[in-house]
Amino acid sequence: MLEAPAIAALTILVLALFVGVEIISKVPPLLHTPLMSGSNAISGITVVGAILLAGSENNPLATWLGFAAVVFATVNVVGGFLVTNRMLAMFKKNPKSEK
Amino acid sequence: MSTTLIQFAYLVAAVLFILGLRNLSSPRTAALGNRMAAVGMFIAIVTTLLVQGVVDYPIVIAGIAVGSLIGAVAATRIQMTDMPQMVALLNGFGGAASVLVAGAEVSSRISANDIPEGIVPAAIVASVLIGGLTLTGSLIAFAKLQELMRGAPIQYPAQQYINALIAMATLVVCVLLGMDPLNLETLALLTGLALLLGVLLVIPIGGADMPVVIALLNSYSGLAACATGFVLDNSALVISGSLVGASGLILTKIMCDAMNRSLANVLFGAFGAQVAGAAPGAEGVDQRTVTAYTPLDAAVIFSNARSVIVVPGYGMAVAQAQHAVRELTNTLVENGIEVNFAIHPVAGRMPGHMNVLLAEADVPYERLVEMDEINPQFPETDVALVLGANDVVNPAAREDESSPIYGMPILEVDRAQHVFVIKRSMNPGFAGIQNPLFFKENTMMIFGDAKKVVIELNDAVKNY
Repeated sequence: MLEAPAIAALTILVLALFVGVEIISKVPPLLHTPLMSGSNAISGITVVGAILLAGSENNPLATWLGFAAVVFATVNVVGGFLVTNRMLAMFKKNPKSEK
Repeated sequence: MSTTLIQFAYLVAAVLFILGLRNLSSPRTAALGNRMAAVGMFIAIVTTLLVQGVVDYPIVIAGIAVGSLIGAVAATRIQMTDMPQMVALLNGFGGAASVLVAGAEVSSRISANDIPEGIVPAAIVASVLIGGLTLTGSLIAFAKLQELMRGAPIQYPAQQYINALIAMATLVVCVLLGMDPLNLETLALLTGLALLLGVLLVIPIGGADMPVVIALLNSYSGLAACATGFVLDNSALVISGSLVGASGLILTKIMCDAMNRSLANVLFGAFGAQVAGAAPGAEGVDQRTVTAYTPLDAAVIFSNARSVIVVPGYGMAVAQAQHAVRELTNTLVENGIEVNFAIHPVAGRMPGHMNVLLAEADVPYERLVEMDEINPQFPETDVALVLGANDVVNPAAREDESSPIYGMPILEVDRAQHVFVIKRSMNPGFAGIQNPLFFKENTMMIFGDAKKVVIELNDAVKNY
């Protein structure tokens, strides 16, 4: 059978899925591209797992796999947030020429 | 003590992610939402760095520095028209990180002789499988979008059977690894199979179906992070991964609904391949002719118009015509004409592609109208200007039951008083389906590059 931590994690998973469906359904199609790049950045959270594996005392294989994971996940985090920010800055309401 | 602190920091980060995503529900708060999520990530990373267990700082800092540099350069250099490629790559990197973390964890447990129990072996399998196929699937999607390889579906004899065999072999290896999760050879074998599956799953999907593929891979990258969270017993990964997984799944569903096709049909239907093989002039190809008009002819119609709806498609992105479109819009608005944009959910190569391009060209977002909202307005509209869109305005979807796209929701441009279609040639669109719109009495074709024609049109309207 599953031990208690696994049940706790499963509970979190199911609840987070419900929250995800609720809030994402409210995102208008206008913002679907920033939603994708922004959620890419959020899935870069894998970086915290990668940091722990790369940075703790480990065998060389685990350290280097962890290092590569840190690089990929950080590209996701930094690239994702920056490009989303760049896109969102372009969405403007009523520029001067409208009037 | 430090574990309590780090758990608390992860909770704060998760709350900030949720609030950030919630702020994406309006363009007014979206930028703030993105920053909130970024702050959440910063808190999670800094706390992780400061917690006990990290002893080798140089390698971690080096990894973060290299990743930040690549990410920052890519994010600031990328053209808005290339955004689908950027998102495809980011999806792939997310998958890669999950595979690597799972591999590192297994290797670390082998050294410590710490045999995984409970749900962990299954989570290792899921991380490697989903992460691996997300990586190569995304790379293929990138190559198709970047036109490094043909966009058309790639098919070979007995494709479905070969794929099914490989999928079954993968399943067997999954079970083997699940039973003996600390076996590095099995882990490597599963990684190889997952990478192969990613390639095989995406090569038979056509370029026009990329919005669905990108949304699905986006979801997979989240699910891979979620599985990795179970491997490491890390709630931050589980929460964030499932948020992203849910987001990608919703987008996938919206894209499929907008094409009136099931996900299975998109993934395995090889849409557009059958026609690609047909010889020109083969049966079913329309032999009727259309009359080509010039931008000057169009200017006459525009001078009498009071309302115009522009329908952008992938052709606008290819021609980089968004700024020229904005100029034309300015001229029309100055002449007292009401101009709106009709955005089909699958226009372009990724969800929301057209909105980003038009926003880049300073078109205010109130003018970008969704399909359901704008369709009732076409009958009262004087001119519909179709710019590099094809299948999403094809009335066959409404009228011709034998058409492959019958039942797909379309923008009903043919109901407008006049329709201008700007197109490079009479070649049918990507799906290879003839468009009866081009032969309608109220339709006028203008042939040429979208950007060039729009600039000429703008000059003609100005000087009329």
